[in-house]
Amino acid sequence: MSNQNETEKAPGKQEYNITVYTENQIGLLNRIAIIFTRRKINIHSLNTSPSEIESIHRFNIVVNETEEVVKKLSRQIEKQVEVLKVYFNTNDEVIWQELALYKVPTDIIAEKASVERLLRENGARAVVIRKDYTVFETTGHREETDALIKILQPFGLIEFVRSARVAIIKHSEGFNRKLREFEKAEPGEETSENEFLNNGQKIFTM
Amino acid sequence: MEKAQTILSETKPIETKEVSGSVALLEALIAEGTNVIFGYPGGAIMPIYDAIYDYKDKLNHILVRHEQGGIHAGQGFARTSGKVGVVFATSGPGATNLVTGLADAMIDSTPLVCITGQVFAHLLGTDAFQETDVINITTPVTKWNYQVTDANEIPEVISKAFYIARSGRPGPVLIDITKNAQLQKFDFSGYTPCNHIRSYRPKPLIRKEYIVQAAELINQAKKPFIIWGQGVILGEAEKEFKALVEKSGIPSAWTILGAGAIPTDHPLNVGMLGMHGNYGPNVLTNECDVLIAIGMRFDDRVTGRLDKYAKQAKIIHLDIDPSEIDKNVQTTVPVWGDCKETIPALTELIQKKDHHQWLQKFREFDKNEFDAVIQNELHPASGELTMGEVIHQLNELTKGEAVIVTDVGQHQMVACRYAKLNNSRSNVTSGGLGTMGFALPAAIGAKFGALQKTVVAVIGDGGFQMTIQELGTIMQSGVDVKILILNNRFLGMVRQWQELFNDNRYSFVDIQSPDFVAVAAAYGIKGRSISERENLSPALEEMLNNKGSFLLEVMVTKENNVFPMVPQGCSVSEIRLK
Ligand SMILES: Cc1ncc(C[n+]2csc(CCOP(=O)(O)OP(=O)(O)O)c2C)c(N)n1
Repeated sequence: MSNQNETEKAPGKQEYNITVYTENQIGLLNRIAIIFTRRKINIHSLNTSPSEIESIHRFNIVVNETEEVVKKLSRQIEKQVEVLKVYFNTNDEVIWQELALYKVPTDIIAEKASVERLLRENGARAVVIRKDYTVFETTGHREETDALIKILQPFGLIEFVRSARVAIIKHSEGFNRKLREFEKAEPGEETSENEFLNNGQKIFTM
Repeated sequence: MEKAQTILSETKPIETKEVSGSVALLEALIAEGTNVIFGYPGGAIMPIYDAIYDYKDKLNHILVRHEQGGIHAGQGFARTSGKVGVVFATSGPGATNLVTGLADAMIDSTPLVCITGQVFAHLLGTDAFQETDVINITTPVTKWNYQVTDANEIPEVISKAFYIARSGRPGPVLIDITKNAQLQKFDFSGYTPCNHIRSYRPKPLIRKEYIVQAAELINQAKKPFIIWGQGVILGEAEKEFKALVEKSGIPSAWTILGAGAIPTDHPLNVGMLGMHGNYGPNVLTNECDVLIAIGMRFDDRVTGRLDKYAKQAKIIHLDIDPSEIDKNVQTTVPVWGDCKETIPALTELIQKKDHHQWLQKFREFDKNEFDAVIQNELHPASGELTMGEVIHQLNELTKGEAVIVTDVGQHQMVACRYAKLNNSRSNVTSGGLGTMGFALPAAIGAKFGALQKTVVAVIGDGGFQMTIQELGTIMQSGVDVKILILNNRFLGMVRQWQELFNDNRYSFVDIQSPDFVAVAAAYGIKGRSISERENLSPALEEMLNNKGSFLLEVMVTKENNVFPMVPQGCSVSEIRLK
């Protein structure tokens, strides 16, 4: 996996997936982003979108850092008034995907390679086929989407774009029950788990 | 209109009233118990200033001379009163002038609600006259900020602002209100204070198991040591804290923001921590077996070199802000929660003890420090006046009852080290940010927050010139602030570092000053300048007894250094006495 190389480069560092549940609030993205920039930490990937619950947004942030740094970052994020909850997980604790789009000249593809074979072997799908170009789409891990770039390069790859990572935590039960707890004036234990007590579990939570 | 306003502020209206956003704001402030506002008008906040014209009997607006002065005054007010300081400024330059104070309040956890005017909503993003992106400029230095573009939002947003500013770990909040929202009429159905925001948990749930673990550690400890910070004061837990200290018999030392939470001369108060703190507390940090940190954040000025900080000790950390636990120092037992609740819970489980021998060790270090430093600083036999003896003489006269506001530099360290404080909330200083220019405006606010107290601002000749314009605020408001300038004709603290670490290369620290007494006189403030020992006590007495503000300049020796000192990059136990 890609993070293995990075682990070699910087001891103790690995990819962490930070999941943040927030209110839908203008300016919050900036408030969260500056927690990283202030510490000169690069955000590798950032995705924000509505969650399964109306009005609650979910951020997926990927950084390559040590657990200690990620823990401190997570606490700073959770401290923000409009942040409900922060989780951080290593790659093997989440299911994650990235989406990629590739634009290739249709004539070359048709001439030099069987489109069907390309699609089959790479789990890709043609989204648009026009006379002048074809757009393929694939989802997967970074190595998989990277692999298709290499394959398509000889066929005159015109344009490539990849989305931020989205990740689902394997051990998570979602946020519905937690939210109800948050809405109480006197929130109970659910809202104030702490990692000292919960570190037996798979999910590290603040 | 007039009538509607009176009714609104006295009782909660049953029906809705049509009012402007500006009136709703002022009603909200009154409902929150605000009675003094520090501010400065300008184009984008004019509707609010027009509204406050009719509220002069309920809201005492103090016209400052610079918005930085306004916000520091708000901070001083919050620090002495325990209430939320309220500050008004206009858009653009008015708002950017608040930034230093916001950063200061953020790092020192001071509750503020700052209201800034903003250009009309339809002009946002057009580079309109006096438009700045205040929300983004202030995001890193506010606990929360919000831009209001519709008057209907005002009651709820203001209630959230106050709730967020004062709850949990307090901090500054900035509300930016566009001019159209200030003018807009809407149906105001009264003000409801906020006490819950679902995404915000100001108080972490207290975990009994940690209290039990902490108590066990304390009960087994042979050489326990308590270090406390402003959290004790912000949590209004001074009584609870005193009970803990007295039952446990544990020697206790303070960060400069914690000063006064228990009186300076309490037998278990062993003094100040940090770079210019006392000898014993610094050295013995590296000798204690259990270190109990309460409402403090292990600032680098307190810890010195971290990898040599209390490595031998088990560490118990009580704090309301979970992000402080393990941030700088790895804890053995984290006690998350409001110290008003965690401290008594802990006190209940600990055994009554007397750590006489251990306390004796602190006393021995005190003796060394006294002989090497304090004796000469407080009781010099001859030579020019020292800063320490000025503070010492001041103590003799105030008996520890005054509020001491300090600026930043040598005089600050000397004042914090030597000021006698009998009461909590009587030490106001810029701790985390070290903002020169803080003291004069903060003292103005401090006086409004503690009208019955004498407020003495101890300021260096450098820092005084940073916000000297606030003498105008004193003149116009008639507030009674005693200004004590310790003039060493240098930017003393920087000079000290240049002497000690840059081979005496005094680079731009030689600062000239105007005739401060004449400047004060120009503002109608009485003053006096002295340089002789025999005049010190009478001059201080004159200052304290003067009806109204007074400026006393004391010419002190030019090149004194503040000791002890933990040089940067050194461990607390490498503290130097000279
Ligand atoms: C706004 C600001 N600028 C610069 C500094 C750096 N600084 C810290 S102490 C100091 C010297 C202060 O001199 P003075 O006010 O005369 O007080 P003294 O140290 O002589 O007591 C300076 C320049 C600061 N703390 N704040």
